[in-house]
Amino acid sequence: MNSINIHEGSFDPWHEIISFQNNNLNGVKSYGATASFVGTMRDFNEGDDVVEMVLEHYPLMTQKQLESIVELSIEKWPVQHVLLSHRVGLIQPSDPIVLVVVWSAHRAAAFDACRHIMEELKHKAPFWKKESLLSGESRWVSENTPDTRDN
Amino acid sequence: MKAVRVLYFASLRELVGKSEDSFAIEVPITGESLWCILNKGIDLPESSLLAINHEYADLQTNIHENDEVAFFPPVTGG
Repeated sequence: MNSINIHEGSFDPWHEIISFQNNNLNGVKSYGATASFVGTMRDFNEGDDVVEMVLEHYPLMTQKQLESIVELSIEKWPVQHVLLSHRVGLIQPSDPIVLVVVWSAHRAAAFDACRHIMEELKHKAPFWKKESLLSGESRWVSENTPDTRDN
Repeated sequence: MKAVRVLYFASLRELVGKSEDSFAIEVPITGESLWCILNKGIDLPESSLLAINHEYADLQTNIHENDEVAFFPPVTGG
């Protein structure tokens, strides 16, 4: 069971995890590992104070890319369930932006697939951030930080 | 002349001053040539990406009738 969600308003990642488990994993006894990642908006970037941000996306392509990323991770690791949520629209510092949760029998697959999904999302999913700075300027974020994994 | 839908996102949308073109054009045509015809005098920024029907494509890929084409800058989600 996988769930991919785009939120146009604020969302609570911890509530989403509980809801997913209650709705889909009630009575399921085959998973032994749950790995989660939550990305949150900072109030600084590249040395500047950031007051808010608009996250734009390409809806049909976003859905297609996220589905593909999740499907490929399931082919690569013995993953049982994936929950993936991403925020769009106007975002304030400390708001959650992205949630990736992976359930599997053992920890290695859960950790590795969670990280892989996050890195693939960063580099393939068509989202763009425009920051508003404390100085009054606004700017598009030009690129994401690199994937620092060794392999 | 065949119909092609062209979308622009983020900084490229601001650069060309429009979010969409719906255009009748001789196809096949490469993504790069399509940009030049639709946005005369505006250079396509070097790092720009192209998607055809929601899949990434090379700028030299041919576009066909009824394709949905999108130009956008490097992605920055997550």
